Amino acid sequence: MRYLTAAIAIASGLIVLVGYLYPLDVLLQLRGLLTNWAVIVAAMAVLVGVTNLILVHLDKIRNGEKNSIYGVLLIVSLLFTFGVGLFFGPNSQFIRIAIDAIIVRVEASLMAILAVTLVYASIRLLRRRTDMMSVIFLVIAILSLIVAMPTPIGPIPGDFLFLQFLHMFSDGGARGLLIGIALGALLTSLRVLFGIDRPYGGN
Amino acid sequence: MALVLVAIAALLLVAFTFLRRRSPGVLRRINAFERLTQAIGLAVENGTRLHISLGRGNLFTARGGSAFAALAMLRQLAERTSVSDRPPIVTSGDASLSILSQDTLQAGYKAAGAEEQYRASTGRLTGLTPFSYAAGTIPVTRDENVSANVILGDFGAEVALLAESADRENTDLIGASDNLSAQSVLYAAAQDPLIGEELFASGAYVGAGPSHEASLQVQDVLRWLIIVAILAGAFLRMVGVSF
Repeated sequence: MRYLTAAIAIASGLIVLVGYLYPLDVLLQLRGLLTNWAVIVAAMAVLVGVTNLILVHLDKIRNGEKNSIYGVLLIVSLLFTFGVGLFFGPNSQFIRIAIDAIIVRVEASLMAILAVTLVYASIRLLRRRTDMMSVIFLVIAILSLIVAMPTPIGPIPGDFLFLQFLHMFSDGGARGLLIGIALGALLTSLRVLFGIDRPYGGN
Repeated sequence: MALVLVAIAALLLVAFTFLRRRSPGVLRRINAFERLTQAIGLAVENGTRLHISLGRGNLFTARGGSAFAALAMLRQLAERTSVSDRPPIVTSGDASLSILSQDTLQAGYKAAGAEEQYRASTGRLTGLTPFSYAAGTIPVTRDENVSANVILGDFGAEVALLAESADRENTDLIGASDNLSAQSVLYAAAQDPLIGEELFASGAYVGAGPSHEASLQVQDVLRWLIIVAILAGAFLRMVGVSF
């Protein structure tokens, strides 16, 4: 079984990769077919994931764990929304209300908390790590904010030069990081493609 | 050009893997991975858990690379913590990744001869959007007797909420991401931040095998090739050669 799963994964990976590099008709068709299959499997995976989530929360409720009341809330609202979506369709008014009035609002409030959390994290940075890099990181972040924000006296003199100077370093640094990440991703993909890393089939 | 790069990387990977099998390499010291080793020992001894957050890296996009790197590390962590009373909990924000995390956990236990310890409920899908993922993961760091949080994979700025939660619970945080926003957040929030491609070195540092050490060597070689190419390109442009 483990060899079969590895063979399927390696063959699919190679077909998609070669189809990407050499766009021949046969390869493109095969690539499209495999991608469609993958999309269907991914959609099923969402159902499996949600079922797993329900089971986890049912376990918590059964064992009377701390904050299990939120588990009840989650399961009830999940099943209710799923049922309404199934009967009235995903474009029904109820689903739109659920998205606009609950999901969007809750996510917006989490975003507001995120802003406060980020400020708090930067304040605590020097308490956590007092080294040269942390000081530079914090000073640059504060200066960038001061230069970028509107002031009652209009633009701060020299702000354009400062931002240009800053972008020279930050863009260079970001590109360096992204090149490193791209190389890491390439090697990780090759390991999966060669079947060295097999996070599937219980290997 | 892309094919040449992939072919060079593949050949070097195979060659260096054979070399590393004969003589394991010496890795430079990275504080975050030393902290991780300590955290694993502490979790096993204290009867606490590790919480491993794999992010939202969709396996059908370019972001899947970081998810695969995190899964490679998870495989080793599962094996090393299999003797613990409390198994690690893995959270993810992508359904396919969640299933792979369960499979990887099971494989880790199986390799350690403790397959009966595996519970499917330890690999969880906690949300499908960035903030629902963060909101679903925070209770895990708070309520599940977690002593260390390993946050590795594709995240956005919402990772700040997870880091804040870990800090509030006074637990260790080891974090790395392939996303620049998340990286800057983790730089400010983690005790020992991992920068850039160090995310992809995690497998080598937790003993995932010679191929992971070989990958680091190949990355070094390719990095030098890119540096030479950039310098050569800049020089040629300077002397008026256009390409």
